[in-house]
Amino acid sequence: MTTVGLLQTPLNATHRAHGAKMVDFGGWDMPVQYSGLVDEHHTVRKAVGLFDVSHMGEIEIRGREALRATSFITTNNTAGLKDGQVHYSGLLYDHGGFVDDILVHRVSATDFFLCVNAGNQEKDFEHIRAAVASFDCEAEYASPKYAQIAIQGPLALATAQPLTETLLAPIRYYWFVDGTFAGVPARIARTGYTGEDGFEIYVAPENAASVWAAIMASGAPHGIKPCGLGARNTLRLEAAMALYGHEIGASISPLEAGLNWIVKFDKGDFIGRDALLRQRETGLTRKLAGFEMKGRGIGRDGYEVHIEGAPVGWVTSGSPSPTQNRNIGLCYVPSDRAAVGQKIEVIVRNQPVEAELVPTPFYKRPQ
Amino acid sequence: MNYPESYFYTKEHEWVSVSGEIATIGITDHAQHELGDIVYVDLPKAGSHVDKGRTFGSVESVKAVSDIYSPVTGEVVEANEMLADKPQELNADPHETAWLIKVKLEGDNDLSGLMNAADYSAYAGAEG
Repeated sequence: MTTVGLLQTPLNATHRAHGAKMVDFGGWDMPVQYSGLVDEHHTVRKAVGLFDVSHMGEIEIRGREALRATSFITTNNTAGLKDGQVHYSGLLYDHGGFVDDILVHRVSATDFFLCVNAGNQEKDFEHIRAAVASFDCEAEYASPKYAQIAIQGPLALATAQPLTETLLAPIRYYWFVDGTFAGVPARIARTGYTGEDGFEIYVAPENAASVWAAIMASGAPHGIKPCGLGARNTLRLEAAMALYGHEIGASISPLEAGLNWIVKFDKGDFIGRDALLRQRETGLTRKLAGFEMKGRGIGRDGYEVHIEGAPVGWVTSGSPSPTQNRNIGLCYVPSDRAAVGQKIEVIVRNQPVEAELVPTPFYKRPQ
Repeated sequence: MNYPESYFYTKEHEWVSVSGEIATIGITDHAQHELGDIVYVDLPKAGSHVDKGRTFGSVESVKAVSDIYSPVTGEVVEANEMLADKPQELNADPHETAWLIKVKLEGDNDLSGLMNAADYSAYAGAEG
C-alpha cells in the first residue's frame, strides 16, 4: 500500500472531537483508547461499548459460481452456509499458511461478502482475484463502500433495537440481515471480536458519523462508551480469538493454531488442503496454547518461551486480563509439551518468569 | 497539566528533583497518561548504580512496556516500595507520592540539558 500519511476512517473527526487517543495502527490513524483501556474493557463485559472498525476490509464475490469459488479459496464448509449466515474461515496459501483469517457472509448462493483484516485487504484481494479467475464470478474490492461499527456487550441488543425496525433478538449468533439502521441502509450482523454478544453494522461511509451518533444516544441509558483498539485487543485475547500477525500468519497453519474446526477436509478441494493433509499425517511440531503467568511479570508478544531452561517457543499475545485479574497469553510450544498444566518459563526482559499452560478461552460469557 | 516549577524534565518524560546530594526521579503526568493503566513498575534495588541517560527500570501498562531513563548518575538509596503493591498510584499521583527512586548523586551531574516546567509543558503538549 503506497500512501503518504495515515489512512483515516470516516469516523476520524468524530474520534478527534471526542477526545480519543489516536495512534498509527498498521498505517491507519485509529483510536487506541477513549476513557481508558481497562474502563472500556469492563464496560464491554458489563454493559455496552462502541468500536469503529471501519479499517477492516470487505471483498465481494458475485456470480454464477460464487459459491464454488468461495469454497475453493477458503477452508470452512462454505456450502453449509445458508442465506444470511456467517462463518469464520481461513484464506490459505498452497503451503497451508494463512493469507488471512476472514468472516464469510452468504448473501445468496451467487453473492458472498467477506470481511477481512485491515492490513491484509489489498494482499487478500490480489490473492482472491487470481484464485477465482477460473470460475464464473467476479471479485470486487469493496472496502471503499463500507464503514463498520461494532456494538458489543450484554446491552448491545437493548442499544441497537430502538434504531431499527428489523427484529434483532431472533438473529442468531453469526447470522446477519440487510435492513435499515439509524435511518440508513445497513448490513446488521450478530458477530464480534470481544467474546460478548453484539452486532457489527456495515453502512456507507457517508453515513458512519450519523449512525455512530445515533448509537451513542441510544446507548446512553445503558452506559455505552466509545472504545479503542486497546480494549478490543484485551477483549479478544480473553476470548482467545486469533489476531493475524500474532497467533496466525503466512508461516502458521490453522492446525497449528488450533483452528481445526474451520478446516473441512471433506468438502472438496481448496487452496492449502494438500499441505494441511500432509501436516496432519506427519503430525504437528508446534501448537498454540494458553498460558497464565505464575511469577511476577507479563509475557508480551514475541517473548521467548522456555521449558526447563531451553528455548522452545514464543509468546504470540500477552496482557493482563482486566476481567480476571491474572496475566494471560497465548504461545507456541512443541506439540508434545502443549498439555494444560505444563510448566513453562516466559523470558521477561532477560529473566525467566514461571508460567503454566491453561485451558482457553480464558473468558467465556455467562449464557 | 501542572508540572512542578522546581523539577527538571527529560525528553523521555522523566522528572528529577534535586535536594542537596539526593535526586528524586519519577515519570511525568504526560507519561502516565500516555501509558494508560499501569500494572507493574520494575525498579532497581537500593545500593545499585544508575547512569545518566541509561535505562534503570520499566513501567508496564496493560498495553505496553516502557523503559525509564535516569537523568542523573549515582547510587540508588531508596526505591518506592509502595509501587510494588499499588502501581496504579503512578496514574494517580506521578509527581509526588508515586516517585520512583531516590539517588545519591555522584560526579558531574549537570542538569542544564534538561527542560524546566514551562518548556516541558510546551514539549509534552506539542507531542499530543
